[in-house]
Amino acid sequence: MNKYKAVIGLEMHCEMKSKTKVFSNALNNYSEIPNVNVSPIDMAFPGILPRINKECVKKALMASIILNCKQPEYLEFDRKNYYYPDLPKGYQITQMHSPIGVSGKITIDCNGYEKEVLIHDIHLEEDAASLDHYDDATLIDYNRCGVPLLELVTEPCFSNADEAIAFLETIKRIYQYCDISEADTRKGQIRCDVNVSIMDENSTTLGTKVEMKNVNSFSNIYDCINYEIKRQSELKASGRYDEVIQETRRYDEESGTTIRMREKVEAIDYKYFIEPNIPKYKINKDWLEKIKLAIPMLPKERKEKYINEYKLSEYDANIIIKEKDYADYFEETVQIGADAKSAANWLIVNIIGYLSKNDETLKDFYLKPQMLQEIISAQNSGQISSKQAKEIFIKCLEEKKHPKEFMNKENAQISDKDKISEIITVILENNPEQITAYKNGKTNLFDYFVGQVMKETKGKANPVITKEILKNKLDN
Amino acid sequence: MTELSIEKLHNLLINGEISSEALIKEAIAKSYEVQKKCNAFVTIIENAKAVEVTDNLLSGIPYGIKDNYSTKGILSTGSSNTLKNYIPIFDATAVEQLKKAGAVAVNKTALDEFGMGGTGTTAHTGIIKNPWDLSRTCAGSSSGSAAAVAAGVYPYALGSDTGDSIRKPAAFCGIVGYKPTYGMISRYGLFPFASSLDTCGVLTRNVKDAAIVVDAMKKQDEKDLTSWASKDMHLYESINGEVKGKKLFYIKEIVDESNYPNISEELKKHLQIFKESLKKLEAQGVIIEEVSIDKELLKTIPSVYVCISCAEATSNMSNLTGIAFGPRGNGENIYEIMKNHRTVGFSPLIKRRFVIGSYILQKENQERYFVNAQRVRRLIVDRMKELFKKYDALILPVSKGVAPKLDELNDEINDESTVLLEEHLQIGNFGGFPSITIPNGMINKMPVGINITGNCFDDINVLNIAYALESQMNYKDMTAGDYRE
Repeated sequence: MNKYKAVIGLEMHCEMKSKTKVFSNALNNYSEIPNVNVSPIDMAFPGILPRINKECVKKALMASIILNCKQPEYLEFDRKNYYYPDLPKGYQITQMHSPIGVSGKITIDCNGYEKEVLIHDIHLEEDAASLDHYDDATLIDYNRCGVPLLELVTEPCFSNADEAIAFLETIKRIYQYCDISEADTRKGQIRCDVNVSIMDENSTTLGTKVEMKNVNSFSNIYDCINYEIKRQSELKASGRYDEVIQETRRYDEESGTTIRMREKVEAIDYKYFIEPNIPKYKINKDWLEKIKLAIPMLPKERKEKYINEYKLSEYDANIIIKEKDYADYFEETVQIGADAKSAANWLIVNIIGYLSKNDETLKDFYLKPQMLQEIISAQNSGQISSKQAKEIFIKCLEEKKHPKEFMNKENAQISDKDKISEIITVILENNPEQITAYKNGKTNLFDYFVGQVMKETKGKANPVITKEILKNKLDN
Repeated sequence: MTELSIEKLHNLLINGEISSEALIKEAIAKSYEVQKKCNAFVTIIENAKAVEVTDNLLSGIPYGIKDNYSTKGILSTGSSNTLKNYIPIFDATAVEQLKKAGAVAVNKTALDEFGMGGTGTTAHTGIIKNPWDLSRTCAGSSSGSAAAVAAGVYPYALGSDTGDSIRKPAAFCGIVGYKPTYGMISRYGLFPFASSLDTCGVLTRNVKDAAIVVDAMKKQDEKDLTSWASKDMHLYESINGEVKGKKLFYIKEIVDESNYPNISEELKKHLQIFKESLKKLEAQGVIIEEVSIDKELLKTIPSVYVCISCAEATSNMSNLTGIAFGPRGNGENIYEIMKNHRTVGFSPLIKRRFVIGSYILQKENQERYFVNAQRVRRLIVDRMKELFKKYDALILPVSKGVAPKLDELNDEINDESTVLLEEHLQIGNFGGFPSITIPNGMINKMPVGINITGNCFDDINVLNIAYALESQMNYKDMTAGDYRE
């Protein structure tokens, strides 16, 4: 099946983070309780008019700048007209004629190589209400109605599912780093339309494009693309390519297949026209400059900094930038004086593991960077052993107590050479037989003596110093 | 008493010569009378409560609200079956403003369904009749408001104006109709017809009353992005009747008799009355000139209006599905339910306009109809703005004469020769211009009107000119049946 190459394009809808909705003053909060974040505007009562949420416009412009798009001279909106019970106004306010960004591009990392992704446009619009279908009724929840959506449309420029997912991961991270969106797929905040076509390896003519609507998790998108490539390739290979038609399909999670929804010829005419209730708004250069300056350091730059400045491995850096919370936590720990490599290790080995095991996020993680830094410096200065460090880490989390509480004198590691020497002398005096055996070549008895010291000190003796003194005494 | 002006009523109230209670009682009683004769109301607010009389000129005085304004807790139908049971949970900003001023609403007036019509014959509650002659139309769409103000139910009623919906009914009912600059009064809570043309306004019996009411209604509203700050503009206080040196123009292609080869006696008289009005202004030092505008451009006005208003209306009224509000339709599935609600609810006239609007917005037609209509709208507005550089205002007669007979309406609509006289007021909506109609004469015991339109934000000028003319004539504070020559 390798004789065909695939061409994939994405439309990524992402719910934005903002205090209020994009065209009304109802709260933009996810809620399990239906119809609590609703204003008359969201219900489309007769006579309502849209407002415009500047915070959303600002964030959308920020995304447009990051994606190297061209910003329009004026902010304008259009109406997309269609009837559906989840759309109370009978039209969606969106941007068609003059999106907030056009003709952009961004370079992404995909399995070790760089790929340039072309952006057709990015635009700001409102989400629809959500419908809950039951056997005998459908209920409408207007909470989501009017929630700001950022829709990103790529050119058909991906050649496999890996690239598409790498792109989505990159954008998701950018949105999170810039506070544009929580981009939480579990809350349904990201939904994608995926279009796939295939063509002969050497051809330059695009094949028939098939669109899959509303695929809602990255793993589903991945499976959906691969299934669709396989489906189209099989049809083409068996001489039935005419059965691949321009149509809209949906991804069926249960069967892992795509299913026809409608043919493109039945495409709806949305009768787009300019929204007359929102006057044209001039986007001036100063504002754009201000937004540009407010863009925080993005994951890619942070990764480079971790590798070049903190000497982390690419592997570690990749893990840390995966979530903004990780990166922020890491940087804060380093900033207050922790050794960068140790901080990275602690985060990757202990903290991330702990979080996933306990289904927690860094936001409500008890051990703040300051505390981690204290553990790290205590360990690195030899005040505590690595074993103790881990124990203190666990105790802090279990008892919700500051690490200092567990680093008192009793618990402190014994690094006093004289004291350790004294203890060793007593142990050696009490074990003459073992000394003889050791000297006769049973060298593995060395560990026995170390064990005796640890037993005597309840594991607090500094192991490096213990070994050093023990070796000296036994060998001389 | 309710036939008196706002100024007079306020003085009587302040001096304790009448009470707010008595006024409201009288307004409600008159409402029932006018309802019987003219069918002017959707709702009479029987339990309307008197309020404390304050320094505010409107406090304690009754008024009417066109039924396409959202009124909290009071049925608001837009005169449509699609909203025949709709009780809003919020007040339109303009209504809220009047409440704050102490104004007391006593009824909701009937209109052509959602303002889409000019005859007063398409309200779901039936035909609205002209109090001067019950066999005649009030024009529309603010028909009920015009009928009630002309009948002396109260000194003013709210209207809305998308093409001429305040200014033509005012002319046919012998009263004042004022549409301020677009965006001066917030549209929040006004049921939309065509958003880029819709304007809130008022019908009164004299120019100063119109200024008083709009002073209270207007405000820059965070709920309407097209509204603008006018708090430094005091309309009522600015009216002084000083018009010496003002320059007005009229359009030759509309006013000159030579445009009407088969001119009727009525139109002849109407144009003569118009010219007499001009003389009255000239006598006060106003300079009036004739301006010629390309007739081809003028002739596009009605079609530009139809294209833009129908297109916007189709989209604006897509919220009327009977799902979240309004009577629920019947059907097996959601589409059938919505379709049934709309099929049963809308009058044939509206449906026709939706079909036109939908056709115009179709992808393959948009450029040809919708976009071109907007281009021509721009051309017309540009031409007017150019003229407003030289002139303070445009002055024209309203319609080709008096209110037509209800049973002759169909013939009227098809009269091609006088179409410009009937439709020129739409220029005011194309440009968002302030525009006012006042009565300026009687023909066969029916009133006729004259219109003054100025540049955007130039409301004071327009009101002042209207006031100056009103002061020279005998039609101020006229009510139906009060025949004056």
